Amino acid sequence: MNYLEHTGKYFIMLGRVFKKPQRTKIFYEFFIKEIEDLGLKSLGIIMFISFFIGGVIALQTALNLDNPFIPKSLIGFAAKRSIILEFAPTFCSIILAGKVGSYIASSIGTMRVTEQIDALEVMGINALNQLVLPKVLATVLFYPFLISLGMFLGIFGGWLTGVLSGLFSGADYIEGIQTDFNPFLLSYAIIKTVIFAFLIATVPSYHGYYVKGGSIAVGKASTQAVVWTTILIVITNYFLTQMLLT
Amino acid sequence: MIEINNLHKGFGGVKVLKGISTTFLPGKTSLIIGESGSGKTVFLKSLIGLHAPEDGTISFDGRINTKFTQKEKQQWRQEIGMVFQGSALFDSQTVEDNVMFPLKMFTNKMHDEMLERVNFVLKRVNLENSNHKLPAELSGGMQKRVAIARAIVMNPKYLFCDEPNSGLDPRTAIVIDQLIQEITDEYQITTVINTHDMNSVMEIGEKIVFLKNGRKAWEGTSEDVFKTDNEAVVDFVYSSNLFKKVREAYLNEKK
Repeated sequence: MNYLEHTGKYFIMLGRVFKKPQRTKIFYEFFIKEIEDLGLKSLGIIMFISFFIGGVIALQTALNLDNPFIPKSLIGFAAKRSIILEFAPTFCSIILAGKVGSYIASSIGTMRVTEQIDALEVMGINALNQLVLPKVLATVLFYPFLISLGMFLGIFGGWLTGVLSGLFSGADYIEGIQTDFNPFLLSYAIIKTVIFAFLIATVPSYHGYYVKGGSIAVGKASTQAVVWTTILIVITNYFLTQMLLT
Repeated sequence: MIEINNLHKGFGGVKVLKGISTTFLPGKTSLIIGESGSGKTVFLKSLIGLHAPEDGTISFDGRINTKFTQKEKQQWRQEIGMVFQGSALFDSQTVEDNVMFPLKMFTNKMHDEMLERVNFVLKRVNLENSNHKLPAELSGGMQKRVAIARAIVMNPKYLFCDEPNSGLDPRTAIVIDQLIQEITDEYQITTVINTHDMNSVMEIGEKIVFLKNGRKAWEGTSEDVFKTDNEAVVDFVYSSNLFKKVREAYLNEKK
């Protein structure tokens, strides 16, 4: 199957996903469950990675700025910019594409090969709407909070690194964070996050929903889902940066 | 009553069903038998609307399923119960939630009313104390019984079962067969079972349709299976020595 056919099939799938839920109460139950599975269960890894990567960014910047004419506050400024612009929205989304993407593709794929999706369709339930829409809403609504937490912890990790290592002072770092603060950069990060969250929910769902075969096919679909979601995040990131920042 | 007229279905240029016509009556257990690759599953999936026919019609009490409006299709779906080969229970939900799911989706009943109905059908399939178990905690036979309970919870007019005995020991297989037949008789459901199991053919086949290479090669009752001279049916049904002996004994008795 060529890329054009996959693209068409993906958009046809989206057309079936975005329908009015048949039962609001059941939809709400599914949505809450997805918030837990796709959002809350990713909190730990995002917090852990953000904190340490933030620390490393600050450390690397400090170690590479040995010119006495460059103010130490630049470390906080550079860390803040790197974390808000790229690390939190893009890097964390790629991590989520791996963790959540493989989960979505394998869970929907397993439902397909064990005929659970057929069972839904025989009952007259729009399986795509029932299974995918709660995932899309859960990621799109929850990931901005997750990424915002990632930003905060990344910046905090950088500050703590300075304080503990003695490479720069906490005051210099905070001064850097406050320098030239542009609120649009936060909006830019959130816009990117929402679009990446949409990709993280829909691309693996596509791979899982149309899987054919058995457990090996589900495994392959899961891998394909992570690879394609990552590729699409990277490409979309490029175009969004072009559109929003230039 | 389900009437199938000249049903054709293919995939990617390969014809799987080649003009099948037959009728399934209410209150009767009808069996579709045939070798692997004969088109049984495609036939069953066409009946339940998972495959659209290329040609021919399938009518449910005079209503042709390809001509349904969206609303009629929704209504018809609720008249169908399906037991899948692997049970197809939702593995993240308990037995109670699995059986209650169609009620939650399609009725406006209060929780207590739904629970009463769920407990009734679970009792009907002899699974009274398993409400809070997950499918993974059940044996294959119990999973099949939950699948039957889920299939009948909406009081369906039509019940379809894809290999309900596969993977079960002979004793459990007979229990499942008898359960399906009792339910069919009790609620006057039109039941269609896709099976490889010759015990089922002998025990519950009130009507048997034999498929070969996508065509209906023979049809009759379980009595007729003993008497038939149709070579394809005899080759398929009596491929084991045990069944050959059963047939010989039957024919000798009749002489």
